[in-house]
Amino acid sequence: MRPVRTGLIALMSATVLALTACAGDTDDGGSTAPADDGTAAEEEVTEFAEGSTMAALAEAGSITIGTKFDQPLFGLVGPNGEPEGFDVEIGKIIAGKLGIAPEDIEWKESISANREPFIQNGEVDIVVATYTINDKRKEVVSFAGPYYLAGQSILTMTSNTDIEGPDDLAGKNVCTVSGSTPEANLLENYPEANVQALGAYSECIEPLRNGQVDAISTDNVILAGFAADNDDMEVRGEPFTEEPYGIGLALDDTDFRMWINDVLEESFEDGTWVEAWESTAGTVLPTPEPPTVDRY
Amino acid sequence: MRVDLMVIADNMPAYLAGFRMTAQLTLVAGIGALVIGMAVAAMRISPLGSLRVFAATYTELLRNMPLTLIFFFAVLVLPQFGVILPLGYWTAVGCLTAYTSAFVAEAVRSGVNAVGVGQAEAARAIGLTFGQSLTSVILPQAVRSVIPPLINVIIALAKNTSVAAGFAVVELTATGRRLAQQNPADVVLVLVGVALFYLVVTIPAGQLANVLERKVAFAR
Repeated sequence: MRPVRTGLIALMSATVLALTACAGDTDDGGSTAPADDGTAAEEEVTEFAEGSTMAALAEAGSITIGTKFDQPLFGLVGPNGEPEGFDVEIGKIIAGKLGIAPEDIEWKESISANREPFIQNGEVDIVVATYTINDKRKEVVSFAGPYYLAGQSILTMTSNTDIEGPDDLAGKNVCTVSGSTPEANLLENYPEANVQALGAYSECIEPLRNGQVDAISTDNVILAGFAADNDDMEVRGEPFTEEPYGIGLALDDTDFRMWINDVLEESFEDGTWVEAWESTAGTVLPTPEPPTVDRY
Repeated sequence: MRVDLMVIADNMPAYLAGFRMTAQLTLVAGIGALVIGMAVAAMRISPLGSLRVFAATYTELLRNMPLTLIFFFAVLVLPQFGVILPLGYWTAVGCLTAYTSAFVAEAVRSGVNAVGVGQAEAARAIGLTFGQSLTSVILPQAVRSVIPPLINVIIALAKNTSVAAGFAVVELTATGRRLAQQNPADVVLVLVGVALFYLVVTIPAGQLANVLERKVAFAR
């Protein structure tokens, strides 16, 4: 019995050592990352009106931002535990204008379904999470931006010759996410498509490769990330919807919304927006013209 | 918060379609799980060692794995080995059946163990085979004591069907997600509606368990 037990203990110690080693690596990665990140350096902070959200956040020196943790190019948590992507950079730009350093931002994972509740309950200060601006959502939250214009598109196997655009989806199995805007678009505008909704877009990849589904449909930027990672897949046709991504915040906080709009416009002009894009989504997608902010 | 129950009434057809799918999954997977579970329980107590080992492995493996992982296994891992199942309903039925059958098997086994060992010995003594003593002596008594736990298993199954929402089945939970997307102002109410429909399945099942328990109760 004894040798077995000793072996077990040795194995366990080895595992613990290995885990500690990994944790050490992560720490190193974490501490070097913000250093070479030029977009969110501490900035000159202007005085904010007494009682405004901006003043409160600047005084607190921290902000809670809701973002996706599983969206390549926009908000994706990597091995070091920090979210990365275009949404994250936009969040850092806004925080920077409040005098809040990137390491003082608290990132909170916000999946599509809990973005409105998070804002309504005050669990996050703002949401930057591939959040499409639409009229129904404007009834419960307000939107600054847009800071990017996406559109729904189709990803299929390169070898597939049947599907060139959304009209070819009739009778085909199309993978998307349960409860998402793309799912609603497909059901409403392409009722002939056989919608197969899974839990996350990344789960659609293997079924597409295995032929269980014929296509994946969601915003073009998400599909571009998949196409970049999978040589045997490509995006087909032009985007067939308009998805202006906005920054969600509390419904009645007009001052804060207008201030974020100012920050966005400033970033469009001084090049920080382009810089944020090129360091994230711009690595696989062309750099677009900045959109026009909608000050409704 | 604005209270507007109309969102539930307005979307009744969608709710009903989702409810039908949930009820159907519960029924089909429930029947499948009962049949397979009974068979596995019989193997578990059979005189053949290899069958007992197989049944124990089957039960422990499926009973101790999260249902979501079983779904992932069927949808994402099996295809790697060339077993490509169509996404959706039948995959969901298969996963729910396999998972629930392990719990049925354990419930039935505990019921069988509750039947006095003297019953089995007496059955063997009068010359009944294993099959005969099982079907005419042991199981009829065991079934009585396993009905309440079995109904618990079925109630759990009714709620577990919600896992299928993430795997291309549009049942109550997936319907709720769609409605929440369409009605961002009433997300909480939409989910309350979903919960109410689950209660329509689970509360009567609990009541049925009580009635049956009283009916089949007997003094040992």
